[in-house]
Amino acid sequence: MGAFIAFAVIAAALLASAFMAVSTKNLVRSVLWLALTLFCTGALYVTLEADFLASMQVILYTGGVITLMLFTVMLTDEIHRVDRASTSGRRMAGGLLAACVFGAISAVVWVSDLPALPETNTITAKTIGRSFMTEHLLAFEALSMLLLAAIIGAIVLARRRDP
Amino acid sequence: MPLSAYILLSAALFSLGVYGALTRRNAIGLLVSVELMANAANINLVAFSRYLGAAEGQALTLFTIALTVAEAVVGLSLVLLLYRSRKSLQVEDAAEMKG
Repeated sequence: MGAFIAFAVIAAALLASAFMAVSTKNLVRSVLWLALTLFCTGALYVTLEADFLASMQVILYTGGVITLMLFTVMLTDEIHRVDRASTSGRRMAGGLLAACVFGAISAVVWVSDLPALPETNTITAKTIGRSFMTEHLLAFEALSMLLLAAIIGAIVLARRRDP
Repeated sequence: MPLSAYILLSAALFSLGVYGALTRRNAIGLLVSVELMANAANINLVAFSRYLGAAEGQALTLFTIALTVAEAVVGLSLVLLLYRSRKSLQVEDAAEMKG
């Protein structure tokens, strides 16, 4: 019962904040609603007993990505400007396609045979770290190369060109 | 909670991301929508990892979190570059390469 209430509250907050993030006109507000969505996702990870991931979610997304996005919105002029309203035809087409995506996934969930919850949870930060250091070592190293490439790319792109 | 509750929740989140990506005309708004869709995928990965008892799902989620952060960094510097050359972030204003 307690788990159900927690899930319901988190799910409602998640969907409401995601809806606000895609529909509000002011970009600063949109980014702040996204921060709430990402935080609620972290809370959802706690209900799935993935506590290490929940902490990473809050540190990296709410701490890192949201700060970056807010900086970008405020460094550009967009803070004074509202998003140009989409035409109602475009909004209708977008809503229709989104509803189709949701309907298709729900139909698949409806007909498929899903596993029940196992009693014990054996996944801890230790197991994740061990799998990164043993069988997924190559992926781990590729990820560090990717992060290096992203850092260098961001510096090259954002650097002011000399006149 | 049954696994289907988590999958339906992530499907709803993904659909909201799709809606945002189709209706937003601002580059940062588009990035916000893409983040929503990536998060929906992550919720699915973590839920399946919990219900199947496999650590791979969580390792993969860490991987995608790092990927999304790198994508946001590069995307936002592209946005700054776009703003510097166009003085606008509307994606229609950057359409001169359109064939």
